[in-house]
Amino acid sequence: MFRRPRERAAPRATNSDMNADASAQILTLTEAGLYCPAGGFHIDPLRPVDRAVVTHGHADHARPGHRAVLATGETLDIMVARYGETCFGTGQALAYGAPLKVGDTTVTLHPAGHILGSAQVAIAYRGARAVVSGDYKTRPDPTCAAYEPVACDVFVSEATFGLPVFRHPPPQQEIGKLLRSLAQFPERTHLVGAYPLGKAQRVIRLLRDAGYDAPIFLHGAMGTLTQLYERHGVALGDLRPLEAADKSVAARGGVVVCPPSATTDRWSRRFVDPVVAFASGWMRVRARARQRGVELPLVISDHVDWTELTAAVEATGCRQLWVTHGQEDALVHWAQQARGLAARPLRLLGYAEDGEPEGAA
Amino acid sequence: MKAFAELLDRLSWTGGRNAKLRLIADYLKTTPDPGRGYALAILTGDLDLGDARPGLIRKLIAERTDPTLFALSYDYVGDLSETVALLWPAPHTRANADLSLGDVVERLRETGRAMLPGVIAECLDRLDETGRWAFLKIITGALRIGVSARLAKTAAGMIGDKAADEIEEVWHALAPPYRDLFDWIEGRIDAIATKDAIAFRPPMLAHPLEREDLAALDPADFAVEWKWDGVRAQIVSDGRGGAALYSRTGENMSRAFPDLAQGLCVGHAALDGEVLVVRAGAILPFSALQQRLNRKTPGVKLMADLPGHFRAYDILSLDGEDLRALPLSARRARLEEFARTIAAPCFSLSPLTDARTHAQIAAARMNPAAFGAGADGPAVEGLMLKRWDSPYLPGRPRGLWWKWKRDPFEVDAVLMYAQRGHGKRSSFYSDYTFGVWRAGALVPVGKAYSGFTDEELARIDRFVRANTTNRFGPVREVRHEPERGLVFEVAFEGLNRSARNKSGLAMRFPRIARIRWDKHPKDADRIETLERMLDPA
Ligand SMILES: [Zn+2]
Ligand SMILES: [Zn+2]
Repeated sequence: MFRRPRERAAPRATNSDMNADASAQILTLTEAGLYCPAGGFHIDPLRPVDRAVVTHGHADHARPGHRAVLATGETLDIMVARYGETCFGTGQALAYGAPLKVGDTTVTLHPAGHILGSAQVAIAYRGARAVVSGDYKTRPDPTCAAYEPVACDVFVSEATFGLPVFRHPPPQQEIGKLLRSLAQFPERTHLVGAYPLGKAQRVIRLLRDAGYDAPIFLHGAMGTLTQLYERHGVALGDLRPLEAADKSVAARGGVVVCPPSATTDRWSRRFVDPVVAFASGWMRVRARARQRGVELPLVISDHVDWTELTAAVEATGCRQLWVTHGQEDALVHWAQQARGLAARPLRLLGYAEDGEPEGAA
Repeated sequence: MKAFAELLDRLSWTGGRNAKLRLIADYLKTTPDPGRGYALAILTGDLDLGDARPGLIRKLIAERTDPTLFALSYDYVGDLSETVALLWPAPHTRANADLSLGDVVERLRETGRAMLPGVIAECLDRLDETGRWAFLKIITGALRIGVSARLAKTAAGMIGDKAADEIEEVWHALAPPYRDLFDWIEGRIDAIATKDAIAFRPPMLAHPLEREDLAALDPADFAVEWKWDGVRAQIVSDGRGGAALYSRTGENMSRAFPDLAQGLCVGHAALDGEVLVVRAGAILPFSALQQRLNRKTPGVKLMADLPGHFRAYDILSLDGEDLRALPLSARRARLEEFARTIAAPCFSLSPLTDARTHAQIAAARMNPAAFGAGADGPAVEGLMLKRWDSPYLPGRPRGLWWKWKRDPFEVDAVLMYAQRGHGKRSSFYSDYTFGVWRAGALVPVGKAYSGFTDEELARIDRFVRANTTNRFGPVREVRHEPERGLVFEVAFEGLNRSARNKSGLAMRFPRIARIRWDKHPKDADRIETLERMLDPA
């Protein structure tokens, strides 16, 4: 269990730079992933551990089998919905901003703006602070709490879109492309590939916000998580399951949201000449989109783009930048050359290279 | 420019012909003049702004980005224009007004070389990612979106009710941005005043002839011509020193064949014929012509090594007189008369064959050299039978012209990879890569997309899904072991050496002749069989 309150106050470091000892005690790298020795817990561990803090519900960050899990209530809900009640020993929900003593550290969770329940993990120890941001995005998203910058000494960041070629357009512009295509090809069903956790609900919400109020049809893999979002107060309008093949007729000319892999498998053959769309930050790069056989790429990402990534790093005021996964070379180069930060790539292998494991896995 | 960039972007992702037509027609319908006219000209290839060299683009981006970040980005994206489009730094103050396509075209046209970098940079500053991508593709002449001139004109006609052929008829009298064309299509004027200039005429096409059909024809009614293994083309000279070479679909090929466009600006005529490569009086194999076709602008050395040649078989206009309503017999006489006045070495008259009877026609098809083709025999891919009384009509009218191709080559090959098709076939694995045996392993020798019925397609699709051994994006590797796999009987028109393929061979027009469910991969052909079929080099 995480709740092990200690009365003894940690001695404060005399200057804001962490000494080597504090640095090693607050965060280190083990075979199971990031580990906090002073608190005795892992963050997003890659294999079952005793105590895990989980940033968010994506499969590469939230894995089943830990004895105790600390996360936001939403993330715990998502884990139970996906893996079942027995996917961890005990789960402890921690609200955004509420401090919790864990070992010799104080842990707080802060919104990461990535998907529902996603959190950055801030660990304070002897006057120093490290923030493990998990996956995050800084632009507004109506389906989750807004990203909150947290000042820290060590900032641990993903770099999924860590190349300056990635500058995501406003999502409303991409939804506009989809709406124009629906008007232009009113007889063709639009299959929108979107990762079932987070992206799918965001695309639906963006469509609603753009005034699209027709029924939206859902692939069978979408139902549970979409209902979970609605239980957490994200209104998604008229949604219809599309399990039986005959329903595909009802969807003609409309929008069907499905996992990305479904657009290329047998399931998609029930639709006559569909327009295949895919909502992902990867759609920005033509060669990547071509691999997917997409006719309507929608550049909608749940990760920061290059501009946002570098701005987020700067906003933390960190001295050290650790890069967990993604395109780390460019980010490390930028942090060292342009900002004079101590930057190191962790090359954590267990996380999805493309940051969005749901359809690929 | 924003709307046009979005159109180009959308077209680049769209495979289906009808979807492309709708996208272009909708754009032309909703975009005001002169932008839509310039857009149409860019799509038809009549407005060539592709002068910028990649080196210039590289220099511009190098001045604006960290070299390490550029190198990492280029490495990741893999395409220079796309990398630059995505990487170009957003200026601090972006003009709110969209840079119009008309502005872009006017600026580029009036800018000399020295000022070009500044103008390009200014345009890039004023465009968004998609706009920059489209702009860079246009100015580097690398716009590949699968739209032919013919398709663009068909789409333009769709905004009124004009057929592509009607537009082709008046096209020569028009210039970008085509205000009069849109006035005419949209019914604001009744007709376009045409004058005879360098105009493309839609070609007349032939129907395939089966052996059984031959008996029903009276040889006396027909001109029997050679069908050359080249590229159908039209050369039009305006009598004032200008000439243009057009492909069968109306693409202007003058830049790819300056030797022909310049060598044949003689007289004042429109000729239908075949582009070939002829060196020292001998027609070179199709692979030589392919090398010329691969180059948008050939160098002097390539043109000297592989000289372009035009072999004429019909004349459509002469000295301003439209000859197309005349019977072929009269046109042939005019053509022969005209040909006698042309001394250019890159020009020849396509001779008639010596075949006069059914038996001779059948024999000439098999043995062209013995019926007048002489040393050109290997460059013959069949016969053309054209009614002497046929006028020259656009399209493929019934019963007037026949083509009777030499029997295709056939081999048994093994399905190795399958990819999903486009449009109404997009849910099926309909594009196949097949191979033959070389030293105990299968080596890919070609791809085919056609030659099967819908039922057969469904059955192959089931086979592909049940026998997938690996996936690479949209491509599936299909089981191909000696005892397990699928054999196709593949027919093709010819075979060349090619450094591009692993097998070193390239098939022309391969298609699936039969699906050999009864055969095992081990029964398929070996590479040696193919090598014996190679065109004489
Ligand atoms: Zn994630
Ligand atoms: Zn991740």
